[in-house]
Amino acid sequence: MSRLIKGHAGIGSGIVEGEALVAKDNFSARYDLDLKTGRFSRPSHKLYGESFSGRIIVLDIAKGGVASAWMLHVLMSGTHRPKALLLNSANPIMAQGASFGRMPLIDRFEDDVTTVIKTGDWLRLNPSAGTVEVV
Amino acid sequence: MVKLTAEEDSLLNGDAGEVRSLAMRHIVEVARFFDAERLVPVSQAHIMADTEALGEPGVQHLERLAQYDWDDRRVLIPTITDPRGADFKAYEKIRHDTRIVELEARARDAFIALGVLMTDTCINYQTILPPVKGEHLAFGDTGVCIYTNSVFGARTNYEGGPSALAAGLTGRTPAYGFHLDEHRRATQRIVIEETPDSYDAWGALGALIGERMRSYYDVPYIEGVTRAPDSDELKHFGAAMASYGSTAMFHIAELTPEAEDACDSKSVLPTTRLGKADIDAYQSRFRRDDPGLDVVVFAAPQLSLLELQKLAGLLDGRTVSSAVSLIATTNPEMKAAADRMGLTEKIENAGGILLEGVCFYQMHARDLAAANGWHRLMTNSAKLTNIIAGYGYEPIIDTMERCVDSAVAGKVMS
Repeated sequence: MSRLIKGHAGIGSGIVEGEALVAKDNFSARYDLDLKTGRFSRPSHKLYGESFSGRIIVLDIAKGGVASAWMLHVLMSGTHRPKALLLNSANPIMAQGASFGRMPLIDRFEDDVTTVIKTGDWLRLNPSAGTVEVV
Repeated sequence: MVKLTAEEDSLLNGDAGEVRSLAMRHIVEVARFFDAERLVPVSQAHIMADTEALGEPGVQHLERLAQYDWDDRRVLIPTITDPRGADFKAYEKIRHDTRIVELEARARDAFIALGVLMTDTCINYQTILPPVKGEHLAFGDTGVCIYTNSVFGARTNYEGGPSALAAGLTGRTPAYGFHLDEHRRATQRIVIEETPDSYDAWGALGALIGERMRSYYDVPYIEGVTRAPDSDELKHFGAAMASYGSTAMFHIAELTPEAEDACDSKSVLPTTRLGKADIDAYQSRFRRDDPGLDVVVFAAPQLSLLELQKLAGLLDGRTVSSAVSLIATTNPEMKAAADRMGLTEKIENAGGILLEGVCFYQMHARDLAAANGWHRLMTNSAKLTNIIAGYGYEPIIDTMERCVDSAVAGKVMS
């Protein structure tokens, strides 16, 4: 049985499907990721060592400075790309970066997505509607 | 739903070319994400776009835009740049990889082709054109944004490079966040027990306040400041607060232009008291057991002419230890002024390096650490202290005087 989680209308169009990679931690494109290996690279991050390539990253809050706006574009132009990003709370830079980098992004959910979604869950997203289906 | 004017709709539909249409599509997407009901005309854009952030894909994007006809590609409002990733005149002094310098030159050429003014500065509000109360802007650097909102009472969100460029190409930004009255009101109250008297202490206080902010929309109302700080003190204060807190605005009671209207009743705001012991505790976080020192940095934000004068005065007639590098960064305008007024000579005669158009953490700091053997870094900037640890450095914060004494001694003086 699938479950529908409602968020705010997000960035991106169409339907995106993929496997969830979840942690109750924050997200900074500049400091948390190694774009060359496609893994989380900050030792203190809860997803340290995990591959984000081809997965849907599910984390708590967007962090990091203005540089992230360009860096999501670098990320999405590389060989190791996540399929989408779900956050409990994004900020202006993350939204701008997702739009420019064409990375599907949804935030402001009715539930804490880092709790209701588990790593390995298969997700079906509709970014423009702001919905996530746990299949 | 966001409502566009006929002119905005025409830009979106491509009547003014593909570049502006793409820019408007980006703006509308961000507007929808934040439930903006309209766009707001902005009078200036400030682009953060050093090559470390841009990467090869970002530079290629700019080069593609630069291929369009001049009428289609040129920015419509004055558009200026944040510090770049390399000082073209002095990169050899700090062993910058020439591949970085070449990428930086490509980015510069593309920006010039778009009609962007290469100011390469994060102190534009001190040196290019200060904002005016109520003016709507699309500014990039977080330190620039917080100063613009708080000290001038002008209005800007944090605009990442792509959004600032889109604002430059259309003259618009979405009306959300700090463009709206309701987000400019205080949400927390901070009572300080002692007014700081040095840049590093102002930065430390900013850091402590920033750490207590929970989101971009938190705005502190600060009481207990007993004298009007100068622009450089507020620069360090705001830049550190923004760096530690993603904070975009503060009010200081009886001092900043919107403080009076920031809250109806201060007593209902959650209150934090901060004193000298808190500032000392902040600085103690970075104390080390041994006095080893590799590099002393004055940057983040770039130095004003008055800070350069102070630094030149402290270095005059002394010599930086051969074991240590001393680096200061400013913008091209202040560098030219420092050259003209003999300040650069005093800094360089002492063995210091004065770079222009760059800021330390925005010029591939990790590569610089490897190329120069830098690890232990001393600075008077709380913002740099926060950021540079992410690049593998071990930062120490102290006054400008103590930093200079340490550079001369070749070890951390305390």
